[in-house]
Amino acid sequence: MTIAAILALAAGTYLYRVAGPLLHGRLQLSDRFRRLLLIGAAVLLLALVSTSALTQGHGFAGWARVAGVAVGVVLAIRRVPFLVVVVAAVATTGLLRLAGVA
Amino acid sequence: MRSLWRTVALAPVRDIALVCLADGVVGVSFGAISVAGGLPIWVPIVMSLLIFAGGAQFGAVAVVLAGGGPVAAVVAGLVLNARLLPFSFTAAEVLDGGWLRTLLGAQLTIDETVAFTLAQRDPARRGVTYWTCGISLYVIWNLAVGVGTIAGHAVGNVDAYGLDAASPTVLFALVLPLLRTTGAARPAVVGTLIALAATPFLPPGVPVLLALLGLLTVGRNEGVDRSAGSNGVTA
Repeated sequence: MTIAAILALAAGTYLYRVAGPLLHGRLQLSDRFRRLLLIGAAVLLLALVSTSALTQGHGFAGWARVAGVAVGVVLAIRRVPFLVVVVAAVATTGLLRLAGVA
Repeated sequence: MRSLWRTVALAPVRDIALVCLADGVVGVSFGAISVAGGLPIWVPIVMSLLIFAGGAQFGAVAVVLAGGGPVAAVVAGLVLNARLLPFSFTAAEVLDGGWLRTLLGAQLTIDETVAFTLAQRDPARRGVTYWTCGISLYVIWNLAVGVGTIAGHAVGNVDAYGLDAASPTVLFALVLPLLRTTGAARPAVVGTLIALAATPFLPPGVPVLLALLGLLTVGRNEGVDRSAGSNGVTA
């Protein structure tokens, strides 16, 4: 990992991050487009949830992680407090791994 | 009344602290994995300060440690981070007000910051949530990576503790209110199915972007009024 590579990745990442705020005041966004941006953020977040819960690289993530996230998802839907949701998910996955489930 | 307000204000702080704790352990492992793979100590530290995106940092280091060139590492990282571009538009509203504030605050845009911010129903609380979550994560992430480069071998593989279940669970819990109230549920589910179907065939990061195709299922006139009101999107 060269310093040039790190700087290139950092610069590109920062451009992604700063584009929205810099263009925000300049573009006249329609209500519909604003709404699509909000829904788009939700779409991306749920896609991140499912791909990182179910897959690793190009394959399956393994049952331990899937089971842990599933427990968390069910508890969150049932409006259990955030802390309990996250601890239960991590504990489920950790205990399954301890028991030898990949 | 005052104690009610305090409860409302404290809940996100406690939740943010929990996410910082989980991400901190992941940061320690990033520092440890990088150094154990033979990279100089400054590499994970500078990467974390400047890039500040766990997925892309792990991805880029994995490419290099697997023998790929720096160009391949940069491309992999930029693809993984491309979702930050649409996220930056949702962060834009809280970053209004002064160029320094905008330029510094932009560096804090990351999945958790955006999710915590959007999960706030009261638009007035979004700004303070963004900065609280962003600064806390930035400080903890960089400290943790630094610790990991020195003492990381003591932590070992964090997946053994089940911490890989934390990030998807956190993001789900945070996005759930949006799915319930904004009409985002159908496009999000459709997008997720597209992303999962594409995962075996496309480089990491691309399937998540393809999920945006789910936006095609948003109705033409659906809930335009609501977007300006209860969702807190100011006109």
